[in-house]
Amino acid sequence: MEFIIGHYNYWVVIVLMMVGLYTVISRGNLVKKIIGLNIFQVSVFFLYISLGTVEGGAAPIIAEGVKVYSNPLPHVLILTAIVVGVATTALALALVVRIKETYGTIEEDEIHNLDHSL
Amino acid sequence: MIDVVVDIILLTFLATTSIAIMRMTNLFAIVMLFGIFSLLSAGLFVVMDAPDVAFTEAAVGAGISTVLMLATLALVKRPKEPYYDEAPRAHRAWLPLIVVTITGSALVYGTWDIPNFGSPDAPSQTHVARFYLENSMPDTGVPNTVTAVLASYRGFDTLGEVTVIFTAAVAVLLLIGGKRPKPALRSKDEEAQDEA
Repeated sequence: MEFIIGHYNYWVVIVLMMVGLYTVISRGNLVKKIIGLNIFQVSVFFLYISLGTVEGGAAPIIAEGVKVYSNPLPHVLILTAIVVGVATTALALALVVRIKETYGTIEEDEIHNLDHSL
Repeated sequence: MIDVVVDIILLTFLATTSIAIMRMTNLFAIVMLFGIFSLLSAGLFVVMDAPDVAFTEAAVGAGISTVLMLATLALVKRPKEPYYDEAPRAHRAWLPLIVVTITGSALVYGTWDIPNFGSPDAPSQTHVARFYLENSMPDTGVPNTVTAVLASYRGFDTLGEVTVIFTAAVAVLLLIGGKRPKPALRSKDEEAQDEA
């Protein structure tokens, strides 16, 4: 039981990661692919933050009378990752808008057919 | 103890939301659910003692990402249809399902070696984390260790992050900013060139 509770976080991280991966490789809609990529990304955030948590620890803000803190380093790395993630999402969405202008669709199958009918 | 219960409940919600996102076809509903997904993750970050990450995720993940996706949907949706429904695939994808199952099982096997969630003697707690917690106050005078590490100890990381955001902003502006010829106009120009 203790093993299950102690590893539940990591298993949910893996479920989220696989759901994201499956959405990216099996769905044809480009916006949905980007959302799948974002789910994958959030799962990695959870992996890092879970590894940095200490039982009974406080948030890493130094205060009188607090002895145990969580690990600040994963928080820093993930702060950077979240902001970079939004920048890359914006870039991907801009590419989708351009694809829509050129092909008139954002469905992968239709784009594939258009490419091969030229 | 209550931390662990909230943690497990929120994680279950999160997994359910992600599966709902995967199975739905209405893109507007998917984007809204993704906003809920981000908000749930912000709540989870608070439970896991990471308030800075929670702020960022709530503002950037639930806020800016959702707005960007809604704006994209408004630009790409088909005329005369109120919602954008995803087109069904021509064939059912079995290969992705097999790939995902195998990868997932391998990853679950890998978790056997990870120490329990929250254990204080895990390898990730015993190296630089202690140095930052003990020295950040005398070195920088900032009580929030995350801020001290972000802006001082790992300041070059943050500079790199800013470079990435700048590059992405320039690329987005080059792709969709400013005036550019409409595809229809361009084809007319090409016809005129062909006639001439």
